[in-house]
Amino acid sequence: MAEIGSFALLLALALSVYSFVAGIIALAFQNRTSLQLASATAGRGALPASLEESPLITTIRQASERIGETARRAGIATFAAVLLASVVLVICAFRDDFSIAYILHHSNRALPGPYKFAVLWSGQEGSLLFWSLLLAAYGFVLRLRYKTDPRLFAYASVVLSGVQIFFLLLLNFAAHPFAIVQGTIPAEGNGLNPLLQYPEMVIHPPMLYLGYVGFTIPFAFALGALIMKYPGEKWIHITRRWTMVTWAFLTCGVFLGAHWAYSVLGWGGYWGWDPVENASLMPWLTGTAFLHSVMMQEKRGMLKMWNMWLVFATFWLAILGTFLTRSGIISSVHAFAQSSIGDWFAWFLAITLVVFLFFFFKNKSHLRSEHKLESLVSRESSFLFNNLLFVLLCFTVLWGTWFPKISELVQGNKVTVGAPFYNRVAIPVALLLLILTAVGPLLAWRKTSLESLKRNFMWPTIGAIVVAIFLMITPQSWGSAFGLKPWQDVSYFYSLMAIALSVLVTLTVASEFYRGGRVISKHTGQGMFASMVQLTHRNTRRYGGYIVHFGVVVVIIGFAGAAFNQDKEMEMKNGDKMTIGPYTLICRSSTEDDTPDHYSQWAILDVFKGGKQIDTMTPERRFYHASQQTSTMPDIRSTLNEDLYVVFEGLNQDNGHPILKAHLNALVMWIWMGVWIMLIGTVLALIPNAPAPVRVPAPARLERAQATPVATGD
Amino acid sequence: MSRLLNPLSSLGAPLFASFARSGFPGRKLAQALLLSAAVFLLLGAGDPATRFTELGHQLMCICGCNQILLECNHVGCPASDGMRNELMASLTRGDSDSLVEQGFVQKYGPTVLAAPTTKGFDRAAYIMPFAALFLGFGLIVLVIRSWKNRPSPAIADGLTPVRGAELEQFRDQARKETDL
Repeated sequence: MAEIGSFALLLALALSVYSFVAGIIALAFQNRTSLQLASATAGRGALPASLEESPLITTIRQASERIGETARRAGIATFAAVLLASVVLVICAFRDDFSIAYILHHSNRALPGPYKFAVLWSGQEGSLLFWSLLLAAYGFVLRLRYKTDPRLFAYASVVLSGVQIFFLLLLNFAAHPFAIVQGTIPAEGNGLNPLLQYPEMVIHPPMLYLGYVGFTIPFAFALGALIMKYPGEKWIHITRRWTMVTWAFLTCGVFLGAHWAYSVLGWGGYWGWDPVENASLMPWLTGTAFLHSVMMQEKRGMLKMWNMWLVFATFWLAILGTFLTRSGIISSVHAFAQSSIGDWFAWFLAITLVVFLFFFFKNKSHLRSEHKLESLVSRESSFLFNNLLFVLLCFTVLWGTWFPKISELVQGNKVTVGAPFYNRVAIPVALLLLILTAVGPLLAWRKTSLESLKRNFMWPTIGAIVVAIFLMITPQSWGSAFGLKPWQDVSYFYSLMAIALSVLVTLTVASEFYRGGRVISKHTGQGMFASMVQLTHRNTRRYGGYIVHFGVVVVIIGFAGAAFNQDKEMEMKNGDKMTIGPYTLICRSSTEDDTPDHYSQWAILDVFKGGKQIDTMTPERRFYHASQQTSTMPDIRSTLNEDLYVVFEGLNQDNGHPILKAHLNALVMWIWMGVWIMLIGTVLALIPNAPAPVRVPAPARLERAQATPVATGD
Repeated sequence: MSRLLNPLSSLGAPLFASFARSGFPGRKLAQALLLSAAVFLLLGAGDPATRFTELGHQLMCICGCNQILLECNHVGCPASDGMRNELMASLTRGDSDSLVEQGFVQKYGPTVLAAPTTKGFDRAAYIMPFAALFLGFGLIVLVIRSWKNRPSPAIADGLTPVRGAELEQFRDQARKETDL
């Protein structure tokens, strides 16, 4: 089997190289014939029939089209070859083929089936193969849809092939997933890292990788459009949809990772500002900035250069994240084993930067903006500030991630850059961003009168202030977020601000739906809800976007809950009580179990609230035989108000009593609900608009013959 | 509910009056906001339990788990129990926050602090993001100015450019009919 996998990888590399080289040759010849025809046209005023039908040009054009077609098909065949290699690796995992070093190090016989499938992305070599597979799959879809714009797609295909070649070179020569074990083949494998033996790990990496890899597509289109000096903004329309899909995958991947960390790592949190977590956040931030600024280019023809940079930065940061995790240059709890492939990534990053810079400076005149700005108080300005804050957040995360290394270079000693740093620096910026999220939708393109801004903004502001005061004056016994006294602690102040601003955003979003729904309701006589549904369907992108904003504020409310977290640790023998918040935990018993895969210990706890038993919890701790590693399995009882999160930390070696740690984590469920809302909003935004009956009476003062504008405009 | 709204209206009236006068909240409003933010930032409880929690979240466990000291969750950790006891002892002695942190840095090295200090080169960690914010803000203001000063596109002969209230009316109409 290993030979088949190795052959498939070599074949994939050969096909990618062919697709790349043949693609370039085809485009070069097509450009040449186009140039010849263009110069002939320019020189003679009109193209003579003899030249248009010149056998030489016709032959060259036909030949280049045929070569281009073979390049496209080679790209499609690359997908088949990489898929074959991936299938072979999965089959080897299911067959417990420990002659393959990768399977030996990441699987064992007793490993449950779904995790054997997940072995494909559980280690360095496999995850690179998986990356390559996803890239090939994206390329497959792109090459099948080439008729949308054959020339642009041909350029994008060449760029994709270039990236694919890099990953296949890595797989064939630096991190071979089919490397054979030397000497005697062990009868049992080392097993999968226990932290990865969790259902979400079967979907978290694919989602994250779909996000990372997916940003190659917008980059490929952007670079292609830049190289060919693509006329118009069609490439932006094509790219935007790909970006939204990719963004949704990355969002899903990032939050699945947070949920996995929360459910598995047992420290009670979901985000630790680890370099690997930061690596996933950075492209998300620039990708989000792009999704906003792209509207400026579509509607007003502005920010063409900036958008090009954002697309490139997003792709580059996705690769940089991979470089960080693979090179060992920055220490992380997630990092893969340190290896030489970090150098490969460093070179790849440098080459892509040089290629991008070359074409950017060569063709930047093509990206000049055409439009002027009329007012500071306009949608355009809000997008500029929105982009500033997103990019600044990205810079802050990048700066914080690299600062230990920079400090080591400058002052000779490393420092730690953890959560306290990000809380101090990123939270104020995030709050500013939240204010913009509230104000932005109320601003019109070109110019907004202060009067209308005040009119639209007053009631949401009053609503947010009322909610803030309500949260301050209510008793704490109502729940975690009530009785908030912002003067007691800066974290309470931030939380109150975050919740109040979230309410502000929610009310502005709701007012947008209400105003639009009211107009439709007035014209059609439908009920308000039906009108709002119709409104959304008529402009899915705008109203889907608002739903995404609503999802974001729900997530922010969840984050704000972190200020009210509590925890307690206790050694508990049978019958012992622990009280945390409104809950009382009574240890009924502790027990243990042994399976072929793992040995486990757990406690059985009865949970009481208000004197009444409401649940039984069983936090667990496992010891995996194959990997000889321990893992916690916290038990989590989630409600809208708070999560009761109990961890079995281990046994007291002297008396054998279990040591348990309980966390009361406020509003965590809001984070996961918010993510669902964000994804629903994204899906809505991807649905094509329903046609709306529009009546536009022609202005009477314009004569038909005069109505031929030559000015640029939307 | 009305009881809640009454004090709000007396508080909100001058705020919105200032908003209406200057377009955006005025200097006084900004000063008031800054002052309240400073008050919130400077106020804080100082009891030992709160200080233990706060300082415990400013320190890292040094066992290699890369976790905040009070979040290190493995039983049998060779470092965290001892470090927590040291922290508690320092607080019981009445050491100031900076003295506690200095003690930990001397014993375990600078990586024991969960965030860079605000001294020496470490200050750059905090300065850079805010410097970037102000630089970016300034750049955007410059960009907006230059875009505002660009000449308007040419209008074809025979067409009179629409301006003022009439232009606003057409824009409102266009927004209503195309954005819904």
